[in-house]
This record gives sequence, structure tokens and C-alpha cells, in this order.
Amino acid sequence: MAKLHFSLVAPERELFSGEVDMVQAPGAEGDFGVLANHAPFMTTLREGKVTVKDGATTKVFDIQGGFADVGPEGLTILAEHAVEAA
Amino acid sequence: MASLKEMRNRISSVKATQKITKAMQMVAAAKLRRSQDAAESARPYARRLASVIANLAAGVSGDGAPKLLAGTGRDDRHLVVVAAADRGLAGGFTSSIVRAARAHIDGLIAQGKDVRVVCVGKKVTAQLAKPYAGRIVETFDLSSYRQLTLSVAQPIADVITREYEAGETDVVTLFYSRFKSVVQQIPTGLQLIPAVVETGEAASGPTAVYEYEPSEEAILETLLPRNLTVQILSALLDNMAGFYASQMTAMDNATRNAGDMIKRYTLEYNRSRQAQITKELIEIISGAEAV
Repeated sequence: MAKLHFSLVAPERELFSGEVDMVQAPGAEGDFGVLANHAPFMTTLREGKVTVKDGATTKVFDIQGGFADVGPEGLTILAEHAVEAA
Repeated sequence: MASLKEMRNRISSVKATQKITKAMQMVAAAKLRRSQDAAESARPYARRLASVIANLAAGVSGDGAPKLLAGTGRDDRHLVVVAAADRGLAGGFTSSIVRAARAHIDGLIAQGKDVRVVCVGKKVTAQLAKPYAGRIVETFDLSSYRQLTLSVAQPIADVITREYEAGETDVVTLFYSRFKSVVQQIPTGLQLIPAVVETGEAASGPTAVYEYEPSEEAILETLLPRNLTVQILSALLDNMAGFYASQMTAMDNATRNAGDMIKRYTLEYNRSRQAQITKELIEIISGAEAV
């Protein structure tokens, strides 16, 4: 299965960058999931959890607002505040 | 000539100074590394944000564009934000930024524009308070913050947005020191409003049809103020790294100068000590001969 390039960037540093299967994020107008080859899409984010799935592993980040950009090169989330949830 | 005791005192005082400058140099070197890392790691966010805005701006150019992006269309009133250090002992760090800013400001004043100034950093305030008395809108002192985060840059961005939205200003420029390398920091003027968008990259690529949620304008409305804050933050981070680099260099020079001084004084001290011993010997010998 094609992989999605995902990067999660906070103002202070880049938290995640790599190839994953799927990312779920809290969009301003509803949660959404992104797989590889998603159509170009741009949205603001509200406070919530970003779930990153790659094979059997799952990573969860807590974010507070931000912005998601799905382009041909993958998904980029610019979060205002982001921490990896335990 | 100074007495031996005076010379001894002078040597020991220079040695004490040298110890201090040496310690400051090492502290600055350690902090430089940390602030350089901080400046590096803040870059991806700023870069991505800029490229996203460039993409968006290409789509909403025209009348519907937000004012932060398009500007007021006038060029009469300028707000100049000068950001430098809160502390001294860093060679010409603050002075070089202030000099660049003053050249810009004086140029604008000469053209009959209305210029007002925001000072970020105690040393900047000290240097600009006199020449531009009455033009200063706001001053910031960042010395109490241990770490530079978005919440440090936010109040500065707020002042700029407030001035801009109140129609008090048309063009906002930020002066800071771009950190190129440890030995090179370049005082730079960056135009914040109207936002400068690098259109070259955005126009060339195949423009995919984006879906926006909510609308393009709404996204841009929220992104532009954020971009302002992020730009200020990355300027502050660059400044911080530049400050420590230039402090390190200044203190290195000071340590070396102190070493030279110690060498010179020690030589002089030994010479006069020997001269005195020789003189005493001559006195003793000639005294013995006379008997």
C-alpha cells in the first residue's frame, strides 16, 4: 500500500516526519482521516488529538489549534502547540 | 615609574578581569550552541507556513485579499520595530542593528514620512530613546524570559496588529540580526506588513485544485497573524544566537587582550625589580669599598 508522507511541525521544533499509513486529525469542521494520494485539501484545526497509524504502531499527539495542508507531497500539520500523548 | 607594589596590584587586577572574561566567553559558547539549536529547529515551521501562505495568496490576490497581506495601498506612515539585545558586553551587536535601523528611519524621515518606532530589548531602548523621542510607541524588555517561545513574540505582534488595524501605520518593518554563521551576523530589515510573499515557487508548480475548509479567505485570516508572530519569533531566535556568538567573540578578544597586558606588565615588573636589585648591589659594593 502506498505510504503517506506526514510531518507535524510545532513553532519550536519538528515533532514528526516520515512515511505512515494513515493520519487522523481534528479539522475545524469535523475530524478527518488522510490516506496516501488524498486530494489537495487545506483546513484549520481545532484542539484535539492527531492519530498517526503506521502498520501496527499508533502514535497520538495532542494539539491545540493549527492548520493542515494536504498536497501532492503529503500531509503537513502546523500546530500551535503539540505534545506527544503518553 | 610606578612602584613595584603598584605594578603587582595592576597585574593581579588584570588577571582577575581575564578570569571573568574567560568565564563569560565559555558561558556564551554554551548558550550559543543551545540558541543555535533553537533557531534551527524553529525554521521548518516558519518555512512551511511561508510556503502555505504563498500558495494561498496566489489564489486570493485582488480585492478580496486581507489587509495584512495586501497593505493599505499607502506608504505614508511607517512603523519600525528594532529588535536587539537586552544585555551588553557583546561587542557591536546592538550598535550594528541600531545603525542599520537608524539609516532606514532617517531616510524615511527625510522623505517626509511619518515614522514611529517599537523597541525590543533594553539596549535598543537606551540607544533610540534620545534620537527618536516622541516617536516611540512601545518598548519591550525580554531579559526576564528564559526561553523564547511564541508567547514572547505574541505581545510584540499584538502591538503591531493593533497599530495597523487602528490605521496608524501602513508599512511595518522589523530590524534584527540575521544569523548567518558564528562569525557573521547581518543586520537585516524585514518587511512584515504588507506581507512579502515569495510567488516564484508557487506560480511555477502545477496548481492543484485545493479544497478549503472553511474558505480560503478565512484560513488566510487566521494564518496571517500567526505568520506575523512566527516571523517575529524566528527573528528573536536569530538575534539570540547572534548575540551569544558576538558576545563570545567579544569576550575572546577581551581575554586575549588581557593576556597581552599581563605579559607586558610582567615584563616591565621584572625589569624594574632587577634594576632595583642591581642598584642595591652596587650600593652595597661601593659602600664596602669605601670602608
